[in-house]
Amino acid sequence: MLEVSQVTAGYGAFTALWDVSLRVNSGEAVAVVGPNGAGKTTLLRAISGLIAPRAGRVTFEGAELAGHPAYDIVAHGIAHVPEGRRLFPQLTVAENLKMGAFLPAARGHFHESLERVYTLFPVLAERSAQRAGSLSGGEQQMLAVGRALMSRPKLILFDEPSMGLAPVMVLRLFDLIRRVREEGYTILVVEQNVRQVLKLVDRAYLLEVGRIKMEGRAADLAEQDFVRKAYVGF
Amino acid sequence: MIEPIFILEAVVNGILLGGVLALLALGLNLIFGVIDIVWIAYVDLVALCMYAVYFLVTLYGWPLWLAGLGAIGVGAGLGVLVHLLIITPILSSPPINQLLATGGLLFFIQSVATLLWSTDHRSVRVSLPTIEVGGIFISFSRLLAFGLSILAMIALYLFLKRTYTGTAIRAVSQDREAIALMGARPQRLYIVTSAVGGAMAGVAGALLIIQYAVHPYFGGAFGPLTFMICVLGGLGNMVGAFFAAFIMAQVISVGGVMVSTEMGYVIAFVIFIVLMFVRPGGIFAKRG
Amino acid sequence: MTTTFRVLGLLALVAMALVPVLPLGPAQEYIWHVVIQIFLWSFVGNAWSLMGRFGLVSLGHGAFLGVGAYATVLLWNFYGMTPWLGVVLAVLLTVALALVVAYPCSRFQVVGHYFALVTLAVGEVVRLWIVAERDWTGGSLGVSLKTGGTASGLWTLQFADKRVFYYVGMAAWLFGLWVWWRVDRSMARSAMEAIGEDETAAASVGIRVTRFKMGITALSAALTALGGALLALYLAYTNPDTLSGIGVSLRIVFAVVLGGMYSLLGPFVGTALTIALSEYLRIYFGIKLIGIAETIYGLLLIIFIIFLPAGIYGSIRDALFRRRPAGSSGGVGVRAPS
Repeated sequence: MLEVSQVTAGYGAFTALWDVSLRVNSGEAVAVVGPNGAGKTTLLRAISGLIAPRAGRVTFEGAELAGHPAYDIVAHGIAHVPEGRRLFPQLTVAENLKMGAFLPAARGHFHESLERVYTLFPVLAERSAQRAGSLSGGEQQMLAVGRALMSRPKLILFDEPSMGLAPVMVLRLFDLIRRVREEGYTILVVEQNVRQVLKLVDRAYLLEVGRIKMEGRAADLAEQDFVRKAYVGF
Repeated sequence: MIEPIFILEAVVNGILLGGVLALLALGLNLIFGVIDIVWIAYVDLVALCMYAVYFLVTLYGWPLWLAGLGAIGVGAGLGVLVHLLIITPILSSPPINQLLATGGLLFFIQSVATLLWSTDHRSVRVSLPTIEVGGIFISFSRLLAFGLSILAMIALYLFLKRTYTGTAIRAVSQDREAIALMGARPQRLYIVTSAVGGAMAGVAGALLIIQYAVHPYFGGAFGPLTFMICVLGGLGNMVGAFFAAFIMAQVISVGGVMVSTEMGYVIAFVIFIVLMFVRPGGIFAKRG
Repeated sequence: MTTTFRVLGLLALVAMALVPVLPLGPAQEYIWHVVIQIFLWSFVGNAWSLMGRFGLVSLGHGAFLGVGAYATVLLWNFYGMTPWLGVVLAVLLTVALALVVAYPCSRFQVVGHYFALVTLAVGEVVRLWIVAERDWTGGSLGVSLKTGGTASGLWTLQFADKRVFYYVGMAAWLFGLWVWWRVDRSMARSAMEAIGEDETAAASVGIRVTRFKMGITALSAALTALGGALLALYLAYTNPDTLSGIGVSLRIVFAVVLGGMYSLLGPFVGTALTIALSEYLRIYFGIKLIGIAETIYGLLLIIFIIFLPAGIYGSIRDALFRRRPAGSSGGVGVRAPS
């Protein structure tokens, strides 16, 4: 479904990704793990169009998307749940979700999508008139995910979803992502929390200093040294 | 001692004036709140719309209401033009450059107006009655202007609150990247914002021409006042501007009756300075 | 500056000083008049740029000009106070006004757009007040300087011979350049640039933000007031539209931007060009096309801001010396807390 080929990308004079290639097949759950500063966020931004790759290709269901702007890429069916959630703090929960359905194709199914999101996250239904900025961390994450679902995507990109969440919330969060996956969405998760995310996904890539160092099935990677190290030096 | 009835009349007129001032302030605030640039030349755009109504009525014989709609179209068109030609190139320049660009526009508009239409004051003669309510005389055109301003503001509110585009406009000022991730083009949202801001200038222009005469330096009369109102209400704060407009209008109206017209403005200014000391973020500054 | 430039500069100064004594033909009084205007207005422009270069964009300097001018003229007209004293009082009054406005702005981080609007409002209201108090200010008609009659020219600072004002103007201009140069080399400049970049950071290293901002504003206002007073004395007339209000304020800004806000001679170059342009247009068009000069100004201002933000002189200088425009990243505006 998604094919990233030899993408090089960065900011200004700084290059964050070197020659990165990965693949996500339809229906899969794939993770990209790695330490801080590895370039994981840059990778997702290059896929979703927030930055343009300097070299390489991003192909989604046959369409070449590298260099396309973000508002165009989401129309192709890729939704990005950004790092730090990036909700609209002064808008209400309902308005945030409404913005998620901004695409003309999504607007037609607005009520249906909204139902789905409220069923998945009942808390959001309760707080629908509340300003997004006043929600708790966990609720904000749910809203961010719900917002992404409103665009009726085929592929969902999760950027460090557990960041800033209390440990209890982290478990709930991964449970949440699992449920989203069960709804039938293909997902690509970028995470520092290696152990948790490997329990969730089928395959994973290790990104270090802008390059893919390892890839394989989640179960295999979980045995690797770096995972054990990560657990200790969290 | 001034009779209480005149003060009451001033209060009522102040409310009516407040309506139109609020409209001016809202248009300016909308653009600043979303695009983060102050159109120094905003009230001069209003003046251009006033000229539009004037010429449509006197040269082409359009009925007033139609000319008003025409002014709204002119305003929206000017808004888009200004944004595309002047604002877009300087979006990432330091604020001083942005101010000077729109300041230059002010200069340009005022002098082109002088060039084309001379410094003559022009007004649209409207034969609307004066109503008497309990001893107070209220000009119907002022009442009409007030009513239509309120309607325009309600329309703006509904647009911003209920429609996708309006909500997206509010969103883009909070997080530009995030709204792009939802499929909305920030550039397009800016253009719409400029068009709406310009349209509001058009409405204001149509409402002002029936009360005041237009001339090239009209912007010099109402401009600083509008800016003071925006600053007082907290720059970018629509609700704040709304209330600040009515407060200032009261000061000007009552002060104008009690002392003199110009002094009414001066008193408003002094109050403005005092309030700046007390609440520099504007009297309705949101905390944090 | 290299030696060549120094020599050239000195030669230029000498040439300027000699103009009044050279036989320039029948139009010489007119030439002196134009040059005096250039001196005085670029003096004002330099004063403005003391604030402008640090991001304190004032669109209301007309207020300082107006207070300086009117105070001086009215003190003479009503009380016979010699302008020597009158100017001092006028400057003090203007500085007081400037501090009153600058205090809340400096203390509470009112910068960028917000600050510009406040100054714009101040400028306009000074003008409105002058018009309102027409009984003793003459309102929109302005007020003429009463002639000194038999009193000595030096006492009243009224001279029949323009040439005296030529040298007064030149002295003022040079004084303004000196002040600008001193500020440029002082701690104040580094402090203000730090403040311009990041006020909070500057405050955290002990820079007294409020004090610096108010100081610069007071200095700029004082010089501008002096300029206004001198202009009023020279023209022997002042009126609220020529020496206060948005139009004047914008014209000052425009001239400085055209010439280059961050350079010493930028304001001079810009002012010289705008005044020359205005005179040329007046001669060329006569009174046929009123407003043509300003139309061109406005258009040029917009174009310059978009394409040549360092101004004519600034751009040429930077091109010659091939260095990044000093402080051109300045003017970081902070949005009003909302």
